[in-house]
Amino acid sequence: MTSKEAILNNIRKNLPDLKTKLPYTNISHMKYENKDEKFATSLKSVGGNAIWLQNETIDNFVKNSYKDLKVIVSTCKDVTCSNLNLEDIKDPHELKDVDLAIIEGEFGVAENGAIWVKNPPSVPRALYFIAKQLLIIVKKGEIVDTMHEAYEKIEFNESGYGTFISGPSKTADIEQSLVIGAHGPTDACVLFV
Amino acid sequence: MGHPELAEKFVANTKRMHWHDKALWFVREKRDLAAHGIDEWEELRRVASEIKAHTINNLDTYLLEFEKNAKAKGIHVHWAKDANEHNQIVLKLLNEKGAKKLVKSKSMLTEECHLNPFLEENSIEVVDTDLGERIVQLRAETPSHIVLPAIHLKKEDVGTTFEEHLGTQKGNCDPTYLTREARKHLREKFLKADASLTGVNFAIAQTGGVVVCTNEGNADLGASLPKLHIASMGIEKIIPRLKDLSVFTRLLARSATGQPITSYTSHFHAPINGGEMHIIIVDNKRSNIIANEDFRQSLNCIRCGACINTCPVYRRSGGHSYGYTIPGPIGSTLGASKDLRSNKTLPFACTLCASCSNVCPIKINLHNQLYKHRQNVVKAGLLGFQKYTALKIATWVMKHPALMDFSGKMARKIVPKIPRSILYSKVNAWGRKRELPDFPKKSFKELYKERKK
Repeated sequence: MTSKEAILNNIRKNLPDLKTKLPYTNISHMKYENKDEKFATSLKSVGGNAIWLQNETIDNFVKNSYKDLKVIVSTCKDVTCSNLNLEDIKDPHELKDVDLAIIEGEFGVAENGAIWVKNPPSVPRALYFIAKQLLIIVKKGEIVDTMHEAYEKIEFNESGYGTFISGPSKTADIEQSLVIGAHGPTDACVLFV
Repeated sequence: MGHPELAEKFVANTKRMHWHDKALWFVREKRDLAAHGIDEWEELRRVASEIKAHTINNLDTYLLEFEKNAKAKGIHVHWAKDANEHNQIVLKLLNEKGAKKLVKSKSMLTEECHLNPFLEENSIEVVDTDLGERIVQLRAETPSHIVLPAIHLKKEDVGTTFEEHLGTQKGNCDPTYLTREARKHLREKFLKADASLTGVNFAIAQTGGVVVCTNEGNADLGASLPKLHIASMGIEKIIPRLKDLSVFTRLLARSATGQPITSYTSHFHAPINGGEMHIIIVDNKRSNIIANEDFRQSLNCIRCGACINTCPVYRRSGGHSYGYTIPGPIGSTLGASKDLRSNKTLPFACTLCASCSNVCPIKINLHNQLYKHRQNVVKAGLLGFQKYTALKIATWVMKHPALMDFSGKMARKIVPKIPRSILYSKVNAWGRKRELPDFPKKSFKELYKERKK
């Protein structure tokens, strides 16, 4: 008998004969009158910041907001100020000196300041975590109230990886003192364009 | 050693005990704020407990569905009956790839399996990458909490540990400085790793992927650099549908630390380009718990740690006093289910205040379980002689009203006259840390009768 059979047999032997139904998950939930505002507040509370771009190109925004950064990578077509081409990257370890990663986010979640980020096959997954700073580009108006709506928009038919990113990486493992910047980016900005 | 003996060591330093108590209560208060901010909180708890109960009742079906869908996505799935088999599978996977350096993110399961010492014996370098876990690893300790592994330590302790192991500045114990130094130190480890191992928060049967929640980004960074990613999960981590996560992700971080969500909620459904992803499904006596109606609900746990933070006993005795991988109320019931003899004191490390059950996001009946375990300890004859005899005598007296009245009367007369040195002598285990109240002149029964006249 394989271990799989042994485990399953023991489970079956011990299972109660209870017919319970799976409940609906889309329960009635909180709605926010001003989703942008709620999103910005939530993101701020977890150490990130949200900006709505006005009459400016992303390139200009980057030039003005991120000075003296040596290595910039972008996964967005509209951005031309990057200086490291992802197509030249053979191994994710080569991304170790990236100062700023400009990536695309699908949508935001107002209740917790998270952005859903899909990982296209052309982008090494490590980029989202190895870069010192992260700039996530999201279309204006792409914000849902809660995780209930968020999970309505997600599937894994094609994609192998996706993550909700809520602010920069952080830790409070030393005496409960919050420190922004653990192993992932030390700064995370969401730019609505 | 049992919980009372280990706790005695912890409470010997009164100041530190109070500091620990406050640190945990602070987390509990943050949880309250976060939970009260959600109108539908109780509805979420209800749905979460129903999903989990349904999943456990159909666990075989969902495990198979998960395996099928994971395999269809190119993920390798392994099954391990116990800790040893789990460790052997990990070692085999590492050896096949010639991997010598492993970076690990938080996984209480691998603590339960004692994976680190096993791999080290087999010449594998294992580095825990969660900051708290790295701190306790460098100190050759175990985590004292499932979410906050180094909560028992003060920043000065971490400072001296880093001085010794990472060569940080002498006497500098600023948390930001220490965290930055750990980041540098661990970044090197990430870049040089041959393989990574992560825990699993949720395994989705419908999609065949796993979800890992972290704040530090260590699980993701680890799993996206080396070619080999191993994810270890207990059989109870299964959830049926992707959508179920909408309920659990709303509850998990709020219950754990009061955050609205963890920094990263990552869904792994494939390895990185050119890499391999392996999932090890571990039983290690979990399937036995299903059979017992009294304790089945303990398998619904999502390991948020809320019951631990609120527990008045945990807060004052520390995680190491439990002597089990998982401390606090949830650990006490899981430990007692797994091995009652070794963990016989844990069900008594509880005041039956029920705060744990009240904060549990899955509404697990934790205090009821500990109460049931106590009865099983007595039935199995595992209660200490002194306690057993005292309870037997008390039961006998209480069953005889006249005797009870007489004993009460005598006690009220005699006890106040007994010198302190005798009353609080060694025999009186109860009085070691407690003071008897002043004895009243009359019993309740006498007062009641007088009033009725």
